[in-house]
Amino acid sequence: MRRRRSQIDSLEERPIEARTERTGRSGRSKRAMPKTILVLGATSAIAQAWMRLLAPDGASFFLVARNAAHLDSVAKDLVTRGAAAVYVETSDLDETAAHTGLLERAVGALGTLDCALIAHGVLGDQAAGERDFAVAAGSLQTSFLSPVSLVTWLANYFGRQYHGSLVVISSVAGDRGRKSNYIYGSAKAGLNAFLGGVRNRLDREGVQVLTVRPGFVATPMTAHLPQGPLFATPDAVARDILHAIEHRRDVLYTPWFWRWIMALIRVIPEWKFKKMDL
Amino acid sequence: MPSKSKAPVFESWGRYPKLDVRLEPLFWTDEYPRGTRLPPSVLAVGMGRSYGDVCLLQDGTLLSTRGLDRLLHFEAGTGLLRCESGVTLDQILQFAVPRGWFLPVTPGTKYVSVGGAIANDVHGKNHHVAASFGNHVPRFELVRSDGARAICSVDENPEMYYATIGGMGLTGLIAWAEVQLRPIASRKVRYTAIKFSGIDDFLAISSSSRSECTMAWIDCISQGRAFARGIYMQGDYSEVVEPKKVSPKPRLSVPFDFPSWALNRTSMRIFNELYYRKQLRQQVTGLIDYEPFFYPLDSVLHWNRIYGKRGFLQFQCVIPWRYGRDGILAILETIAESGMASFLAVLKVMGEIPSVGLMSFPQPGITLALDIAIQPEVTFPLFERLAEMTRELGGRLYPAKDACMTGQQFRSFYPQWEQFAAYRDPAFTSAFWERVTADA
Ligand SMILES: NC(=O)c1ccc[n+]([C@@H]2O[C@H](COP(=O)([O-])OP(=O)(O)OC[C@H]3O[C@@H](n4cnc5c(N)ncnc54)[C@H](OP(=O)(O)O)[C@@H]3O)[C@@H](O)[C@H]2O)c1
Repeated sequence: MRRRRSQIDSLEERPIEARTERTGRSGRSKRAMPKTILVLGATSAIAQAWMRLLAPDGASFFLVARNAAHLDSVAKDLVTRGAAAVYVETSDLDETAAHTGLLERAVGALGTLDCALIAHGVLGDQAAGERDFAVAAGSLQTSFLSPVSLVTWLANYFGRQYHGSLVVISSVAGDRGRKSNYIYGSAKAGLNAFLGGVRNRLDREGVQVLTVRPGFVATPMTAHLPQGPLFATPDAVARDILHAIEHRRDVLYTPWFWRWIMALIRVIPEWKFKKMDL
Repeated sequence: MPSKSKAPVFESWGRYPKLDVRLEPLFWTDEYPRGTRLPPSVLAVGMGRSYGDVCLLQDGTLLSTRGLDRLLHFEAGTGLLRCESGVTLDQILQFAVPRGWFLPVTPGTKYVSVGGAIANDVHGKNHHVAASFGNHVPRFELVRSDGARAICSVDENPEMYYATIGGMGLTGLIAWAEVQLRPIASRKVRYTAIKFSGIDDFLAISSSSRSECTMAWIDCISQGRAFARGIYMQGDYSEVVEPKKVSPKPRLSVPFDFPSWALNRTSMRIFNELYYRKQLRQQVTGLIDYEPFFYPLDSVLHWNRIYGKRGFLQFQCVIPWRYGRDGILAILETIAESGMASFLAVLKVMGEIPSVGLMSFPQPGITLALDIAIQPEVTFPLFERLAEMTRELGGRLYPAKDACMTGQQFRSFYPQWEQFAAYRDPAFTSAFWERVTADA
């Protein structure tokens, strides 16, 4: 595994603004924008769009992704747009054994953590996974076990700190298993259940756990699909995520109409659903 | 991975010609050519704001650069911005205006990519003082189909640098570029609008104008006494320091294609009459935001839909001074006589500063640009006639706006085309290039 850690640019003369006091631990009031941010899967198009919203306010980032060249251009973009500091580390997040060291270094570099975004995931090859369990297991490793490992560490960290936002990108695909992508869907469904439990545990510690369930988003993950009117831009999804963090939401469907589409899909009785082509 | 099903469609701004294109989005500058299994012909495209077919390709793959939208470096002291080639001028303005910087040159729309602005070496209202976009691009990186990557500037790979600026995207994929921005004190432009009654009046106002930005709207429908009347607009960046906020997103959009009868000679005549009469006084001055000054049409998204499904053709020529006045008059007469209407025709004097590109369009003289809806039996013969007149007058047409010129015409407008062809990447081509070189 290749690992690289460097500070791209730190504008030392600009002090990181003191965080404004939070009102109430788990109240509904609007909160300040996060200033120290860890992003896992930082080369994701959705993650990039979200970080761009925060960089101009002088946030500091610790970015993790597996492609060093891509990560470098993402870091440059954030620094150019006004990020106070950007640290990068190259790591394949499938390697859960490396997570503890990685997360410790992130907290060490940033000093404290206001927000962690877990964005990595793979759509996987459904057809190949139907034939070969190893393919399905690889997909579950990236989209389920890897986030679970990261959340385990981060939940303990945020729980001790009594504040912070733990944001994980799941998918509407986790709401119901369907034949075209149930391996991916089951990873996201598992993640949803896991995050529900972590939220139940951490809410009383003042920690927000946000499950993001996007519908179709125009990103590299979906570039091979014909783009219909239901496709959202990464920027629109990123704005929704930021709004949900500010308003301490638990589960975010983005764009909003997916909440209703999925509500309808969930109520279809199984005897009927199993005959449908979805 | 599910296999590729229906390819997304991609149209140029004039929506003509309509070609069956395949689009392959790029998200990283190192994605081409590595990792992509592509058929031999490709062409990089940005926002598709070219009017005709320079941004189209049949039986090949268009590499969409929209995902190459990262800013890579900004020197706050000098205003030099390095960004990936899919970054749009709109995105640059959102970033630069609050920091006190503006584009060195801008076309009439900000929805073009940096790569497209270089490939077509676009010009704007300040051509007479700033030349074209490429004059403000000191360096860029070019990726060739064999995987070679080259930094190009006047010092490094200069031939490739000159061939790529205005090179219609045919020399390879521009990965990133540096753009030298210019400082501004506020978002405001101090402008003056002056009515003129004919071409001589226009030329007199033009030669006495000292403004940095100038252009004129010209009525090309009215005949008789109102022939070639118009409104001359000039502006200079305000020097009064003011806060510089980011522009709001446009709210208006044309949601569907207008039926083809909506824009006819009568509605155009009414529009031209109103546009001219709306300004009551001979001369109006004021201070306005840069958005309505530089980008009046950008406030209505998809305005090209008003021309209906069939689309429209844009005509832009530049006529050298030798025949300038009479040449433009002759062209305007031909258009007025044809009965084909245009509601926004633009006239501008181009300056003497040479463009850096080998194939750049601008040259000293008068340039005329106008849109005409496609009515096959009338529009095409008219355009044939206009292209031929341009050739006889020693002028040239602008490939970025063209869908009609013949190969012979192209080669006489750009006799350096053969020299340029040597720098073309063998895998890069366009419907335009195929069209104008097929019979060579
Ligand atoms: N796009 C959609 O329609 C959609 C819909 C619902 C949910 N989502 C979810 O949104 C999240 C972000 O996806 P996206 O749409 O932004 O697509 P994306 O740009 O393709 O992002 C996916 C990211 O995951 C990274 N990744 C995959 N495996 C990894 C590993 N083992 N270690 C480290 N990084 C790894 C990829 O890195 P590489 O580039 O190096 O492969 C890539 O940056 C994903 O969790 C996805 O499931 C997407």
